[in-house]
Amino acid sequence: MFLKIKQAYQQKPIAFCRKIKLIIYLFLGSSVPLSAQTDIDAIMMGKNLFCAGVMYSGSNWNEYWEGTLKRENLNLGTVSTNMIGPMGSLGISSKLNLIFNLPYVKTNASAGQLKGFKGVQDLSLWLKWKAVKKQIGKGTMSLFTIGGYSLPASDYVADYLPLSVGLGSRNISLRGMADYQRGVWTATVSGTYVRRSNIEIDRPSYYTTEMHYSNKVYMPDAAQFNLRMGYRGKEWVLEAVADNWTTLGGFDITRNNMPFPSNKMNMTKMGLSMKYEPAYIKGLTLIGGANTTVAGRNVGKSTGIQAGLFYIFNFSEKTPEKTQNR
Amino acid sequence: MKQFFTRYPIAVFILLLSACNKDFIEQNVLTPTLNPTINDANGGNWVPIHLSTASEITVLPPIAKTAPDYTAQINEIKGWQKNMSDDDRKLVKYWSAGGVLRWNEIMRELVAKYNLPPVQDVSGTYPIPNANNPLAYPFFPFSNPPYAARAYAYVSAAQYDALVAAYHYKTVYKREAPYLADLNINVLVSKSSLYSYPSEDAAVIGASVELLKLLFPGEQAYIQKKAEEHRRARLIAGANVRDEMEAGEALGRAVALKYVQRARTDRTGAALGITNGVDIWKELETGAIQKGETPWISQDSPRRPPMLPYFGRVRPFLFDELTVVTKIRPPAPPSVKSEAFKKELEEVLYFSQNPTRERVKIVHRWGDGVGTYTPPGHWNAIAAEHMIPLNLSEIRWARNLALLNMSLMDAAIVCWDAKYTYYNPRPSQVDPKIKTHTGLPNFPAYTSGHSTFSGAAATILAHLIPEKANLFNDMALEASMSRIYGAIHYRSDCEVGLEMGKKVGNYAIQRAQNDGAN
Repeated sequence: MFLKIKQAYQQKPIAFCRKIKLIIYLFLGSSVPLSAQTDIDAIMMGKNLFCAGVMYSGSNWNEYWEGTLKRENLNLGTVSTNMIGPMGSLGISSKLNLIFNLPYVKTNASAGQLKGFKGVQDLSLWLKWKAVKKQIGKGTMSLFTIGGYSLPASDYVADYLPLSVGLGSRNISLRGMADYQRGVWTATVSGTYVRRSNIEIDRPSYYTTEMHYSNKVYMPDAAQFNLRMGYRGKEWVLEAVADNWTTLGGFDITRNNMPFPSNKMNMTKMGLSMKYEPAYIKGLTLIGGANTTVAGRNVGKSTGIQAGLFYIFNFSEKTPEKTQNR
Repeated sequence: MKQFFTRYPIAVFILLLSACNKDFIEQNVLTPTLNPTINDANGGNWVPIHLSTASEITVLPPIAKTAPDYTAQINEIKGWQKNMSDDDRKLVKYWSAGGVLRWNEIMRELVAKYNLPPVQDVSGTYPIPNANNPLAYPFFPFSNPPYAARAYAYVSAAQYDALVAAYHYKTVYKREAPYLADLNINVLVSKSSLYSYPSEDAAVIGASVELLKLLFPGEQAYIQKKAEEHRRARLIAGANVRDEMEAGEALGRAVALKYVQRARTDRTGAALGITNGVDIWKELETGAIQKGETPWISQDSPRRPPMLPYFGRVRPFLFDELTVVTKIRPPAPPSVKSEAFKKELEEVLYFSQNPTRERVKIVHRWGDGVGTYTPPGHWNAIAAEHMIPLNLSEIRWARNLALLNMSLMDAAIVCWDAKYTYYNPRPSQVDPKIKTHTGLPNFPAYTSGHSTFSGAAATILAHLIPEKANLFNDMALEASMSRIYGAIHYRSDCEVGLEMGKKVGNYAIQRAQNDGAN
């Protein structure tokens, strides 16, 4: 049986939606621009296939790192962030996919007086290009390049951490990714550089480590590393995921101060990601995941879950006899 | 096109990177060299604030231009100018905007840095910053709005008095500028028609440094570094020789010491409301209950002692303590049991539950909370922005900021007097459905600090810059309303606060009309 699956994978231009594992960057309860990332795994949609659906994610924390000091804050209690929104992936060709995501975010603090925010966060677009696919030994190695762009899709307030819905910057990202699959076992590693634009806030001056007389805030760039390994079968995908986000610059929250969008936000998360594509309903994909923050700086020690429901539409002339795993 | 993107993603990425340069220039860097339209050479005749007369502090006469030591000082300037670096040029450019302005900016920076409420210790009590141990947590000071208002006022008033004295001695000694004494000296700032002994910039340095020792004792290294830069900038610029700087600085320090004495006895030390280890916090609560009212209760967790309950008893600059109680203290706010109160509470609930982007913008523009230069600092920034284009003399800068900051400090006093006289609850205490759009301050509601500060500031600024009167008044109204939009104040807190602030501002106008500067 494993052999059969293996063959199926080796032949493909794969056609499925089975990917969408979410890594949500919950920064002190709000989230950083990259949210639902279908762009960080090694699976491609086939030509003329469009996978679309709804993603939900929720996370919360009651401890956070003030600089490097882990603390709780009785005036925030538990900070929770819930996101829901459309997400999809279009197979322009079997080697080039366009992916989008547009979450609606709602934040809340269980204690204290501050009211949470809600609103549409960032529109993210990725072009994912499978550049190389090569047989190496008994497995297959694939190399990908993924370019991303995201921008705020509403005039939300970034300077209200930890309860703002996003950080407000426009981001360009470039990711290199390598995937190795042998039978049903896979490992995927990627590195990303994220160029972040400056943001504008509602006040005419602000203090970081010095006074600034401007409503513009310099946003340091960021880097991300992601490693995922696990089982990639016909109906099920189950992976363990480790993810690190490092802000290349920025400053620490000072003692008992409020966080600020240009803080040095770092975090390492560990999680599980699964996808289920039942054989008896063609085109349906269910995804789920959970993760927890194991290390961080100027971010909440959050734990989160993700769930999504997707369906694959076939726009090709041919009969949609098979959408995936051809 | 598709091919381009797929084949050259890295090229595209680099292209996009280069398209978005992230550098930007901050507003205060652009401030031009101070070049006064009117030099206010008669500033020595203006009425000082805390000095009895302009000549109260003695400044010894300078050495003659013919003395060898003077020549040596001229040569020092030439030496500096010969080996000038780009950093030196930047320094000269920065300080040429005016000492009063730059030291005001430094103050705002220090206030923002220190405006952080201490975190509770393991037992759940809040430690109190200690002036004698400022570098140990909790850092001294916690520069909250009353503390900040007082700090701005003392430094500004001392700078003004130091300048009145300096301008007085300038006309007494009539020492001409180094670049007139030696035509080979380049002048890197605008040439002043004032006599140059003692240096007005040095008087500002002396006054600022000495007072900041008291107000921000943990920042000596930073303050001395700034002072050293300022001195150096004046010498390199060829604006002053060294003995002019030394005389000016000694004068400034002596003036500041008079203010330090005042500060030590202005009752700020007792403002925490703790005498001999016993606090009055419970007393305030029972006082309100005895009047049949709902007392304010801290909504911080754990409960934090109210901010500076006796700040209302601090000695004001523009009027006496009795005036605070008899002429400015407002009537009581609507009782929590009254219909009027219920209506006001409903309005706050409405703004809590129905934020618009525009209102949130206003709330945040005027938030000026934790980690900021506070509302008094914001009004200093506004004043500076509108004074820069007027090309004022250094002494007029000092006078205007002294009037502004005395108004702001006295506004803090009258506002805190009202807050702790009535000790009334915040809206979110009375109605837990009310959540706020900005940090909830840890003191009673009536009257609004933002409104009182803004009413006072707008009133005196409208007098000083009449062509901008409407603008300042609109700003004050917006700052005041921002607190209702933020769901942390009732309308009466804001309206009465603005009125109180205007009363304070009018006292400042009275002074301005009689200080000899018109």
